[in-house]
Amino acid sequence: MEKELLELLEKVCEDSIVKEDLDVELFESDLLDSLGFAELLAEIELTFGVFISPSEIERSEINTPNKIIAMIKARS
Amino acid sequence: MNFFEGYAFFLVLIVLLIPAIIMGYFEKSLKLYSFGISIVFVIIIFSKNWIQLLYLILYFILQLSIAAGYLYLRKKYGRNQKLYHIFLILTILPLVLCKLETLIHINIFGFVGISYLTFKNVQIIIEIYDGVIKELAVFEYASFILFFPTLSSGPIDRSRRFHDDWVRVCKREEYLKQCADGIQKILVGIIYKVILAACFFRLMEFLMADKSWYCIIGYAYMYGFYLFFDFAGYSLMAVGTSYILGIRTPDNFKFPFISKDITDFWNRWHISLSHWFRDFVFSRFIMTCMKKKWFNTRLQKASFGFIVNMFIMGMWHGLTPSYLLYGIYHGVLLALTEIYQKKSKFHMKYKNSKGYKFVSWFITIQLVMFGFFIFSGRLLEIIK
Repeated sequence: MEKELLELLEKVCEDSIVKEDLDVELFESDLLDSLGFAELLAEIELTFGVFISPSEIERSEINTPNKIIAMIKARS
Repeated sequence: MNFFEGYAFFLVLIVLLIPAIIMGYFEKSLKLYSFGISIVFVIIIFSKNWIQLLYLILYFILQLSIAAGYLYLRKKYGRNQKLYHIFLILTILPLVLCKLETLIHINIFGFVGISYLTFKNVQIIIEIYDGVIKELAVFEYASFILFFPTLSSGPIDRSRRFHDDWVRVCKREEYLKQCADGIQKILVGIIYKVILAACFFRLMEFLMADKSWYCIIGYAYMYGFYLFFDFAGYSLMAVGTSYILGIRTPDNFKFPFISKDITDFWNRWHISLSHWFRDFVFSRFIMTCMKKKWFNTRLQKASFGFIVNMFIMGMWHGLTPSYLLYGIYHGVLLALTEIYQKKSKFHMKYKNSKGYKFVSWFITIQLVMFGFFIFSGRLLEIIK
């Protein structure tokens, strides 16, 4: 699952740094914006069947690759 | 009497806030008291026009029934899209009827605050559909919807964020600090609205009399500053009052005139509105596009998303040509910004240099001011 998610994240962020540094801050370092965030949530739902509502979470809860992995694990 | 206007309002406000501060100081829950004040203000302010008060009561009962009914059916039938769409339309219907007034000249559901209350109700329906809201307590719902500081013009709070503050009783020290912050916000808000906005309004009126091009340009800028100080002042007073009642309503403005591009501007101007649209319109539009594979490229999808998003925002302001044009204008600007920043090598190379940032800021401010000029209705007036 982790590998698949990191592939997804690389595609959405268009940068391979997200695979190397799993604690990189995604919003502050301009890797994710509103568009990328929505795309990521849709991809997570399509690939893992895990639905995360865009208004449900604070961005600070999902701002690094590690936090996203943890959230999907907790919900699947 | 109107919200945050005139001596009478502030006099009543001070008298009613003093017991709240005393209760906060003794670490008592403010739930019941702040609901009581909300009802007092609703009665005082709406009773000068009984039809408005009647509409508000009717609207409240209607929306509560819609939300409670949908929650019941959502639990029974799960994430059913058809049901969701029906209830979403029902929730928005009163606002649509109200906004149609400009076209059909019949006033239905025309009462102060309906535009802002609709945001609160729509988000509840969407979050019930998402499974994020699982229960609806009537007293809390009423406290959230009728919370008087934000009733007429926002900032737009979220029900779950509101809930966290609503159930929490602050420790004395924390409450006093929050209360002091609140009073400071109210005072700055008064300076913004009563002094600065009033000054710019005067200049605006002065420049409006002349139809020469330089006066029209001057008018556009004065209107922009007037709009900011008037609305930011109002928002500060609303947020400050909320703080004193233990609710940390989110801020609405963050130095919009230093924005480095249009995207940045919408993170600084009327933030609670633009973030509401981001979370409940834009994100969901993009997610639907992805699932249904409507567009081939990211940029097409993003551009379309921005334009749809801002057009709906324009419609929400009112169904007049100026507001609709204002929405499309900002939608197109956001789309162009996205395309430019993703495609331009020049942008990628120089985006961190000082000169580039300065030029980018300068252009942004001119575009923003032109947007306000459309918003003011004067552009279309002059073209006619």
